[in-house]
Amino acid sequence: MRLRAFYMFLTLFNLTLAQECGYTFLGEVKDFHDNTPIVGATIFMQNLNKYTTTDVDGKFKIENLCKGELTLVISHIGCETKTIVFDITGDLFKSIALEHHIEELDEVSLKAKEKKTTATAQETVIKEDILRQYSSFSLGDALKEVPGVSSINTGNAIVKPMINGLHSSRLLILNNNVRLQDQEWGIEHAPNIDINSANNISVIKGSGALAFGGDAVGGVIVLNPTRVFRIDTLYGKTIVSGQTNGRGYSISSSLHKGFSSGWYANVQGTLKQNGDFRAPDYYLTNTGLKSNSFSVSGGRKNFESGFEVFYSYVDNEIGILRSSHIGNVNDLVNAINSQQPAVIEDFSYDINAPRQDVTHHLVKASYYKRFKNFGKLSLQYDYQNNHRLEFDIRVGDDRNKAALDLNLQTHTLMADLNLDASADRKINIGVLGRYQDNFANPDTGVRRLIPDYEKFDFGTYVTMEWNLNDNTTLDAGLRYDYNKIDAKKFYRTSRWEERGYDVDFSDIIIEDLGTQLLTNPIFTYHNISASAGINYQINDKSSIIGNYALSSRPPNPSELFSDGLHHSAARIELGDLRLDQEISNRIAATYSYSQSNFNVLVDVFYNHINDFMYLRPTGIEQTIRGAFPVWEYQQTNAALYGIDISSNFRFTDHLEWQHTSSYTKGNDISEGIDLIDIPAFNTNNTITFKKTEWKNFKASLKSEWVFEQTEYPDFNFETFIASSQENVLVDISTPPDAFHLLHFYSEVTLPLNNNNNLNIALSVNNIFDTSYRAYLNRLRYFADDLGRNIMLQIQLNY
Amino acid sequence: MKTIKHILILFLTLGLITSCSDDDTPTSVNEEEVITTLTLTLTPSGGGTAVEFKSQDLDGDGPNAPVVTVSGALMANTQYSGVAKFENELEDPAEDITLEVIEEDVEHQVFYGLTGTSGSTITYNDQDADGNPLGVSIVLDAGTVSVGNTLTVVLKHEPTKPNDGTIANADGETDVEATFTFDIN
Repeated sequence: MRLRAFYMFLTLFNLTLAQECGYTFLGEVKDFHDNTPIVGATIFMQNLNKYTTTDVDGKFKIENLCKGELTLVISHIGCETKTIVFDITGDLFKSIALEHHIEELDEVSLKAKEKKTTATAQETVIKEDILRQYSSFSLGDALKEVPGVSSINTGNAIVKPMINGLHSSRLLILNNNVRLQDQEWGIEHAPNIDINSANNISVIKGSGALAFGGDAVGGVIVLNPTRVFRIDTLYGKTIVSGQTNGRGYSISSSLHKGFSSGWYANVQGTLKQNGDFRAPDYYLTNTGLKSNSFSVSGGRKNFESGFEVFYSYVDNEIGILRSSHIGNVNDLVNAINSQQPAVIEDFSYDINAPRQDVTHHLVKASYYKRFKNFGKLSLQYDYQNNHRLEFDIRVGDDRNKAALDLNLQTHTLMADLNLDASADRKINIGVLGRYQDNFANPDTGVRRLIPDYEKFDFGTYVTMEWNLNDNTTLDAGLRYDYNKIDAKKFYRTSRWEERGYDVDFSDIIIEDLGTQLLTNPIFTYHNISASAGINYQINDKSSIIGNYALSSRPPNPSELFSDGLHHSAARIELGDLRLDQEISNRIAATYSYSQSNFNVLVDVFYNHINDFMYLRPTGIEQTIRGAFPVWEYQQTNAALYGIDISSNFRFTDHLEWQHTSSYTKGNDISEGIDLIDIPAFNTNNTITFKKTEWKNFKASLKSEWVFEQTEYPDFNFETFIASSQENVLVDISTPPDAFHLLHFYSEVTLPLNNNNNLNIALSVNNIFDTSYRAYLNRLRYFADDLGRNIMLQIQLNY
Repeated sequence: MKTIKHILILFLTLGLITSCSDDDTPTSVNEEEVITTLTLTLTPSGGGTAVEFKSQDLDGDGPNAPVVTVSGALMANTQYSGVAKFENELEDPAEDITLEVIEEDVEHQVFYGLTGTSGSTITYNDQDADGNPLGVSIVLDAGTVSVGNTLTVVLKHEPTKPNDGTIANADGETDVEATFTFDIN
């Protein structure tokens, strides 16, 4: 009985085999982008435990398949492995697309490779390991790692990046692909960015990256968040640091959760505070800082499509050196002559006037979709709300009232199409629309520095990148931007007439209030920008880059509308409604050589800027406060050129020498004088000792040598000191002496278990507590720069 | 494709909603703590016509220079009691800022500087809460007959107090600075 049943079962089974098997699966594997067949891809039939490969046409054949599910795992070198389940009910033909573009891979192993944004621009990437050393500092401090990048400071907390001598509106800052709109025209307006939110930062010199904007006369700074890997993962890090100077602390933490399905979420936050900093000989009263920021993001990232929602909040409250708030030129003369600040108090965490309180919100939503044999379409909307409060030293009821209260809101809508069907030629086409609304709160009781305005921007671009052959990459781009600014500004009637606006702009007056006029200036600008470049690999060790960029920058609100007394500079600053765009033509070349223990990189550039806008002194005006020099925004033809060098030499596996130097020259060609605020020649040399066996021990000694700037315009003037009835020279131009500082940095990394490690870093800045003043610190008239700072930083990775 | 359409619609609506702006005309700012006018009234202690030293700058930090007037000459060897007044004449009626100066006397001081050959002197006739001079009220002893003397009046906010009475050593911020040329008959 039992035997019979067994036979029956066998017969049945045989029958099934005969009837339901014998189907053929014919497959073809193609590249997702350009539909070319992929040769030699491995096809693993999971439920059959059998392998096959694709032939020269990318085809493969599986015979004698039975009815039911067939699971194929298709893999190829440099490709994303794909698993597909088919339901076999008969003979089947399927075309399978594989993604082979290496940069889109989510492989962790690729992290080591620098990912650049541009092909032929002078781009430097600052990686995570360097960035973490700046966790408790600002963006501008970290960027100085790149030769040719300096900063223009107002004290030590307001650090504006400067690329090859250019800053503010001439630099674009992109935070997670959103162009920062935070009143960047102001020299005392530091970028509202928490450096801890970036995983790496690209610094692009010049305006070659047209997709980001056509007005980056100086350059582009791109902050990239942590990349999303499509794996099940949960990791994070926490950095805690404390420093002696300013008795500051900083805590920053981030957490990332990822799923293999592509879903992910990130959260990151930073808390920072310091009290009054100290110069070697005294406290810098009222230089405290309080900063808190956080960001959250989430979305889904798959190869074919994905989306992201991102929100970030930054709030900075920054005290400005008490002694830098002065009343008139005589006060400035006293400050310059006295060698030390007028107000020196004991250490305090208090932040009093003058101070800034700036909050910045950023919301972004983006979506992308890839189309087979075509390319990738990306859409992005972002909203930014920047609220800037500046508190001056005031009296009476106004004591706690802001003297400046600006709220700038920006909406941007972007679409970008990346046509990458051909591996050798990539084309990007994009459009952008932007609306901006600035509101200057009249409740301050102080005349508006910047008026209410609305701004409309439209931009469109096309960029192309060709891989001509294995050694040569070419790229080129063209961009058009339209800008319209529609402002409502009050002018003092006396100023209106003194400027000659009553002749040229009488038609824009909408209301006459007697001593004031309400006007409605509306200006439109058409801007063309372009770029072209080549990247040529000469041999294994050396390569050259050459590029040209044309950029066009319309005047910013401050250049158009400034109109009033600037307290810390003791000068009257005037904009000009007649200003037109400045046009920059920049040519640059880079030579790179690298071998196993030595590498060198040389960047040279020449930037010719027609109608370059800048503030120049033009005369003196008397007021009831005393006499003030008048500085006007004027246009001139300027040329900036320079050379940046970085090199690295490894003596042994343990000992390394790094060097960076940078020289920039700026000329006002029309006037035949030097440009103001150009960084002096500086050179940095670092000796690093590394020993992996000692818990990844690393120690370095860095020498920072900044020369005296000898090429500067003489804007000194004489003023009459009423109390002594004599004329004195106000020396605002002479740059401070050269200075040399030594810095020490050391770290160890202790592995805690498989996934966790602890990095402990101890550093000493300005080891010898050297007193110095920097030419590019706008408070150099009032006080010395920072003295010694010892910092301990602990980073836990988990 | 459908998702794209949805997302596009979402973006456009977002853009539209948020771009709707108010086209309000901004209100003019009433400048609150601006000092437009300094008046130093000198009254002879023994009676007689008061002399007024006045500096008026109605456009603030605008291009017009202040208008400086002296109503007449001082009498030789005469004691005057002087009162300084600071006003904001942009407001109607004019705001008397002297009241704030007196209220926050520890943070203020009016400095006086004389030049010329007359031998005139100025002494403070008031004190702040800490017993240091304030300078809203002064006594001026006019010296000998002379022409082209100057008097500089400076109002400082947050000067170093106490100080030696000279402007150069007082630090702080200058809120008002005016120089008057006067004769003594």
